[in-house]
Amino acid sequence: MEESSTRSEDMKNTEKKKRKEEEEEQEEEVFSFSKKAAEEEEEDEDQSDSEDSVFSGLEDSGSDSEDDEDEEEGEEGGSHDEDDDDDDDDDVKAEPQQTQKKKKKKKKQEVIKAAEEEKKDEYEHDSSDEEDIRNTVGNIPMEWYKDFPHIGYDLDGKKIFKPIRNKDELDDFLDKMENPDYWRTVHDKQTGSDITLSDEQVELVNRLQRGQFGDVNFNEYQPSVDFFSKDVMIHPVTNRPADKRSFIPSLIEKEKVSKLVHAIKMGWIKPRRKEDDSKGRYYDLWANEDSSILARHRMHLPAPKTPLPGHQESYNPPPEYLFTDEERALWEQQDPIDRKLPFVPQRFSSLRQVPAFPRFIHERFERCLDLYLCPRQRKMRVNVNPEDLIPNLPKPKDLQPFPTTQSLVYRGHSGLVRSISVSPSGQWLASGSDDGSIRFWEVCSSRCMKTVQVGGAVKSVTWNPNPSVCLLAVALDSVVLILSPCLADRQVVSASERLLIGQQEADTTEGAGPVTWSETEGEELNQGIRLKIQHPKAVHQVQWHAKGDYLASVMPDHSSHLQVFIHQMSKRRSQNPFRKNKGLVQCVSFHPIRPYFFVATQRSVRIYNLVKQEMTKKLQANSKWISSMAVHPGGDHVICGSYDCRLSWFDLDLSTKPYKMLRHHKKAVRAVAFHRLYPLFASASDDGSVIVCHGTVYNDLLQNPLIVPVKVLKGHVMTHDLGVLDVTFHPTQPWIFSSGSDATIRLFT
Amino acid sequence: MGGLQKKKYERGSATNYITRNKARKKLQLSLPDFRRLCILKGIYPHEPKHKKKVNKGSTAPRTFYLLKDIRFLLHEPIVGKFREYKVFVRKLKKAYGKTEWGSVERLKDNKPTYKLDHIIKERYPTFIDALRDIEDALCMGFLFSTFARTGKCHVQTIQLCRRLTVEWMNYVITSRALKKVFISIKGIYYQAEVMGQLITWLVPYQFSHDHPTDVDYRVMATFTELYTTLMGFVNFRLYHSLNLLYPPKLDSKAELELKGEDEDDYAMNSESYLEKLSALSASLARVVSATEEEEAELDQFPVEGEDMEKMEAREKEQIEQEAQKKLFEGLKFFLNREVPRESLAFVIRCFGGEVSWDKSVCMGSTYDVTDETITHHIVDRPNIDKQYINRYYIQPQWLYDCVNAKLVLPVEDYFLGVTLPPHLSPFVEEKDGDYVPPEKLKIMALQRGENPAQEEEEEEEGEDDDEEEEEDDNDDEEDDEEEAEEKNLKKMEEQRSQGKSLPVKVTPGKMKVENPERLEQEEKAEEKRLAIMMMKKKEKYLYDKIMFGKKRKVREANKLAAKRKAFDDAEKAKKKKARK
Repeated sequence: MEESSTRSEDMKNTEKKKRKEEEEEQEEEVFSFSKKAAEEEEEDEDQSDSEDSVFSGLEDSGSDSEDDEDEEEGEEGGSHDEDDDDDDDDDVKAEPQQTQKKKKKKKKQEVIKAAEEEKKDEYEHDSSDEEDIRNTVGNIPMEWYKDFPHIGYDLDGKKIFKPIRNKDELDDFLDKMENPDYWRTVHDKQTGSDITLSDEQVELVNRLQRGQFGDVNFNEYQPSVDFFSKDVMIHPVTNRPADKRSFIPSLIEKEKVSKLVHAIKMGWIKPRRKEDDSKGRYYDLWANEDSSILARHRMHLPAPKTPLPGHQESYNPPPEYLFTDEERALWEQQDPIDRKLPFVPQRFSSLRQVPAFPRFIHERFERCLDLYLCPRQRKMRVNVNPEDLIPNLPKPKDLQPFPTTQSLVYRGHSGLVRSISVSPSGQWLASGSDDGSIRFWEVCSSRCMKTVQVGGAVKSVTWNPNPSVCLLAVALDSVVLILSPCLADRQVVSASERLLIGQQEADTTEGAGPVTWSETEGEELNQGIRLKIQHPKAVHQVQWHAKGDYLASVMPDHSSHLQVFIHQMSKRRSQNPFRKNKGLVQCVSFHPIRPYFFVATQRSVRIYNLVKQEMTKKLQANSKWISSMAVHPGGDHVICGSYDCRLSWFDLDLSTKPYKMLRHHKKAVRAVAFHRLYPLFASASDDGSVIVCHGTVYNDLLQNPLIVPVKVLKGHVMTHDLGVLDVTFHPTQPWIFSSGSDATIRLFT
Repeated sequence: MGGLQKKKYERGSATNYITRNKARKKLQLSLPDFRRLCILKGIYPHEPKHKKKVNKGSTAPRTFYLLKDIRFLLHEPIVGKFREYKVFVRKLKKAYGKTEWGSVERLKDNKPTYKLDHIIKERYPTFIDALRDIEDALCMGFLFSTFARTGKCHVQTIQLCRRLTVEWMNYVITSRALKKVFISIKGIYYQAEVMGQLITWLVPYQFSHDHPTDVDYRVMATFTELYTTLMGFVNFRLYHSLNLLYPPKLDSKAELELKGEDEDDYAMNSESYLEKLSALSASLARVVSATEEEEAELDQFPVEGEDMEKMEAREKEQIEQEAQKKLFEGLKFFLNREVPRESLAFVIRCFGGEVSWDKSVCMGSTYDVTDETITHHIVDRPNIDKQYINRYYIQPQWLYDCVNAKLVLPVEDYFLGVTLPPHLSPFVEEKDGDYVPPEKLKIMALQRGENPAQEEEEEEEGEDDDEEEEEDDNDDEEDDEEEAEEKNLKKMEEQRSQGKSLPVKVTPGKMKVENPERLEQEEKAEEKRLAIMMMKKKEKYLYDKIMFGKKRKVREANKLAAKRKAFDDAEKAKKKKARK
């Protein structure tokens, strides 16, 4: 690398030199005395670069700056370095020569004229050149000439032969031992000759080995003078005039600035913001509170506050708030949503033992979610005093009389008592039971006056409502029996006999139909059974007309129109009023005053005008299955009990829909009844209770009936899931009889 | 014929609501940004009455917002800031990607920020509104101030929360506004009355948190951002209402005392100042130098009759409140190192007591253990070696119970190593019919100024009364009685009917004492029952519901009472055994 660079320098130098040669020719006259030197120079031309520059420097002018010389020196130094690399021997030789040269140059500065002479000397002693002159192979490893007899060529191109006799080891040794100058003899590889160093040279080597300057006179420890010091000098360091560019605006800078300006203009670069410390700065935000609340804010629902903790959240709660084992197990089983408390109450004996609550962050987070995710609604909480909801009814006390207490129990039957009936005089009570007997009781004493065995479950018994006769109709399987119990004074008994005899007369005229009338004989007659009306099917209910001449019987059947018969006692005649089947008939009833006939089917009540022979009204009961029906003695109101626990009150003047539905009972309503005189009605149910209600009907058409429950009568015991089966009022007293499945009849007064 | 066809869902409620996604698109925000905006602006979803109509016939579950609300959000300047921030993040990413550190620097300097002042003002147009809503803010602030500085949220936020909560506590101390304290298993509840508003907040115990993974901290951070702003402004206003300097300064006297103690322990002056403030031991500097503010006395108005009574009641109440404020005045407390210092110091200072602690626990201690004038030493360990004669060694619950009872309770129950009486919640207000724990009855008696010994007897009586009431509640029992009677009757009748052969016995009848009161009651009950039968269906339903709720309450109360009784019996039995 270094070699190549020096060569390129050579090239330059040669060019320079050519130019200089021309100059030299012009200046020949001036420097005639240096002609010889120039010639010499021409000889050396190719061998040394440094010399050229030295010459050129000299030739240029005496005042030519030292820079050139410095350059030369530098170059020389460079070449010197190269030598160093090659071999040390060269070095040793070269050094002193150079130092000599340096000395000379110093002198030259002092005296210019003398320099010319010295120059000659210089070249005479210039050993470095001599070396080169002696052998022209150049800077090559000398081993290459190992096998040759010569070691190079001299200036004339003739071979330089190696010394004839090479020294062998023995010679060397002898030399070492004998030659006193051996220690200062150096072998020159290039020439193959030995050189004995002079004293100065040895001294120089010693100095260099010690790391001292080669020049003895050079003082290493000169007092240093700072070039730059604190003192301000009057002259500048360099006298160099300022560049033009230092006072002309730079184009590149101008471009850069204009770019920035443009970016700022376009808003691409924003000025660095000041540190905004106003974020944490607070002031009186509500200083000027204006009362004009935003419209939006008026609509705003503030979030509900979290509920406050109760005793159970305490770290040391009262012992009753802690969970028992079961409660704890239950709590663990439950879903987190179903739990009443979101935590288990715990007790710690002192404050230092209380740990961190593990779900604290969760709870806060859930609150956050509630705040921003939950829809909010204004919930109107019903804040009603429950007492206010209870309707204000007249006090039952003011509605007396009505039955309040159970006063008598009629025992004797051994089966369910299906039906009871009170004689129109109010003295006797007849009851029909599943045990196949009909019993007659004295109301006041609860004595069973008479028992009639009929040999089958009795479905229905009814006293003839006519007070002048004493007859009882009994429904038994498919037979309706007419009994004359002979429990009245003779006049009445005879009157009833007459009625029955009158029938007899008529009987002959009557032809055969689906119903056959027959008289009884023998034992049955003794018991008081006077007539048998044979029906085609099982009879469920019998019902007298208010006058006591007509009797209606019900045979519920889906498929036929033969469900209801109306019998006339005085003429022993039966007729079927309906030609069509309108549904399963549950019960029938006569209007107490007018010639109307009520027929209750499963869902509705039909009212027929018997005179016109047409249907006048159909009442919708709004219940699933009507069980019983009763007509108000005034005839304008009907109540229906149904198996789905309801009692519906119809006002015939108002509508075909019930005026009131009463859901007092918890189980099926079995029977309903009106009191003949008092404004009372009652319903009996399977739940074993009889509810007596006050039901005033006003003559004023504008005023609706007043219905108030006044008493719940309990007494019957439930058997076979049946409770009270029949209920009936005393005709004159505010008493009520009820018969139940527990084979008893009870009187409430 | 006639007019344009009416299209469905173009009128009525369908146009008043907007689904969340549509709202988001309308605002051109991402879901997190939308969420943030909703949180900051206090917008919440609405549940339409007819969901199907609003949802255009679909029954898919959707969240609906009021369209008005969303329109209102459109004008919010913060939305612009959100967008700016989005752009900023994008630019920053780009710069990072290109490793242009210079522009990263510049971008970071220009990071867009926003302020929430206007939102606070808008959400809470009056100061009272803000106070009403500060409960959540306080809870959140106290929670965040206990967080470790480990990356769950910004350290600055934690510091700010700490600062604001300390300011709040200092305010409560200075205004003596604290009313109730409750140590629960979750943390400590405090209730203060500030400007007529009851404010309750919960402070967690000072433990490091086990951060759950299923909690979105971004949501919490957004809330905290809002709440810190709110708290700052509220604090400012509150401090100024008391003529205190707002960035709170310690009293010059106190400051001098505190100075020089631990000056070199803390590198940063600001931090140490916050620490000093949070020690809660010194009073704050006022703008107007300390002239004792006289309480505005109620003016006397000429009033008559009922108003007079009310007035008197009010005056009495005020006197009581004043007395409560000075509950611990003249008492000198010393906190042992194992008790929760901050909570206790706060409570004591709120009621005028003097408090100190060991120097090594926290800075700001004012006197030493050896101080002879200390009256109460709060200790929470089974025993203590060196005891001074002239002071009580009590457990910390005493303080809290005193505050809740509004009087200095006898210290006997709270001595060292004693089993503490239960700590009751002061927030429960028992109505008649609710279960009242006997401890509460005791405290109430003390408040009335009665002797606890007498009270115990009374208490028992009271319990008996309760039992009687319970009996009255259960009408069924009566029915049972009746049934039993009925059975007897039946038996007798059966005997009578069956056995004429049976030896007939005549036993002297018993006089049945008729209790007229009882009869009347029964009558009334029956009347009521009958009237209930006549109720309309709708009302009956409501009535049944109300009654069900009432009955449940009674049942629960009875259950608690029974549990308590069982516990007490067990305790008594144990005591007896121990005596033997």
